[in-house]
Amino acid sequence: MSKLTDKNSYTVIFAIIMVVVVGSLLAGVAQTLKGRISENERFEKQQNILYAMGINNNQGATDVAFIPATEVAEKFDTYIKKQVVIQGDQITEDPEAFLIDIKQEASKAKDDPNYQRRLPMFIGEKDGKTLYIVPMRGNGLWDAIWGFMAIDENLRVEGVFFDHAGETPGLGANIKERFFMDPFTGEELMSNGTFRGVTVAKGNNDPRNNRKDDHRVDAIAGSTITGDGVTAMIRRDVAMYIPHIKKLINEQQ
Amino acid sequence: MALLSRKERNLVLDPLTDDNPITVQVLGICSALAITAELKASVVMAVSVIAVLAVGNVVISLLRNVIPNKIRIIVQLVVIAALVILVDLILKAFAFELSKQLSVFIGLIITNCIIMGRFEAFALGNNPWHSFLDGIGNAGGYGLILIIVGFFRELLGFGTLFGYKVLGDPIEKTGLYALGYENNGFMVLSPMALIVIGIIIWVQRIKNKELIED
Repeated sequence: MSKLTDKNSYTVIFAIIMVVVVGSLLAGVAQTLKGRISENERFEKQQNILYAMGINNNQGATDVAFIPATEVAEKFDTYIKKQVVIQGDQITEDPEAFLIDIKQEASKAKDDPNYQRRLPMFIGEKDGKTLYIVPMRGNGLWDAIWGFMAIDENLRVEGVFFDHAGETPGLGANIKERFFMDPFTGEELMSNGTFRGVTVAKGNNDPRNNRKDDHRVDAIAGSTITGDGVTAMIRRDVAMYIPHIKKLINEQQ
Repeated sequence: MALLSRKERNLVLDPLTDDNPITVQVLGICSALAITAELKASVVMAVSVIAVLAVGNVVISLLRNVIPNKIRIIVQLVVIAALVILVDLILKAFAFELSKQLSVFIGLIITNCIIMGRFEAFALGNNPWHSFLDGIGNAGGYGLILIIVGFFRELLGFGTLFGYKVLGDPIEKTGLYALGYENNGFMVLSPMALIVIGIIIWVQRIKNKELIED
């Protein structure tokens, strides 16, 4: 039987209507929800920064509990004393530094070698200690990975937070779990005055992570490339901040 | 039980066993290999696919008389992608925490061949109610295999279930590890998922000889 749905004209008209309807539906919903979504993303960033500083609602040994979104803005103002933007040698205060898109800054710097990249940094205070929290961004196995690292006045890691866009669930996705993030705390970043970072290492024979001066944490089995991505991200992004943090520490003393 | 007729009950129950999408129809193998290293990920994926396939099947079934035959695959793809993106946007706005946990699975759901396979094989030719049941059944059968594979891979690979150390602590050498037991690191990698699925297929065909092809 020859059906209407087999006709070419019907097919074309159907395709056009489908594209228009689905396209405008998705665009409409995205537009309506845009405000709420970006607000959520802003809270998330603040939660992540606070988490790296060790400000969280963790209770058990395994849960990753952020400060609730309703309180995070207030807590952020209490703990983060200063937000700065580093550009070249200039360090300027900017209360909206946490909104800087570091992905965009990195790609601008890549396209134009003369572009002076804006580097946001957050200076917080916890238990009388001044902490320097720096953002990082790199590549995992499938997609982007990013995070924050809180660094204390002795250039030791106070805490980290990692997140990812699409690492393998159960393997690389576990970089955002406590058993991976917690061992970073206390690791030395410097060795004899030069920056070494922290390497995600296999077979470092230290699964309890008792050695804090070996610049290594234990890797996750089955997620080598995600782990290497974390190492590379720390080496590249944190390194850019080290001279500036040193300068700020010297000024303070 | 007059709730479901015999045929309707079979729509739900067959895919769980003798018409299982993974072990018999060989659909959805890729995600079964990729994300079954931990039980939790298997369960999340199973629940997500049940929801998406049930709703998607109903939508395709409602549209089955107006979809042009020549571009039906594209239409199916558009429907599924639009549905999943809509849900993702709504979750991002109103349940941000949940959306963070599910975001990794979004891409896996859209490209899951089980979804397209059931649209094409069932929903295009059957009424919405039957399509709904077929969706639940097939996604359920798929989820069942995922959970079985996830159970063995997490237990033997990490010595944990849902993150709980059921076999003792491998670092502190307690429980089984005190006796010299070691985790099998190979279980963590996807090739072992394929072997586990192979074993399931083998066991299933021993029990039901009718499934053996020549």
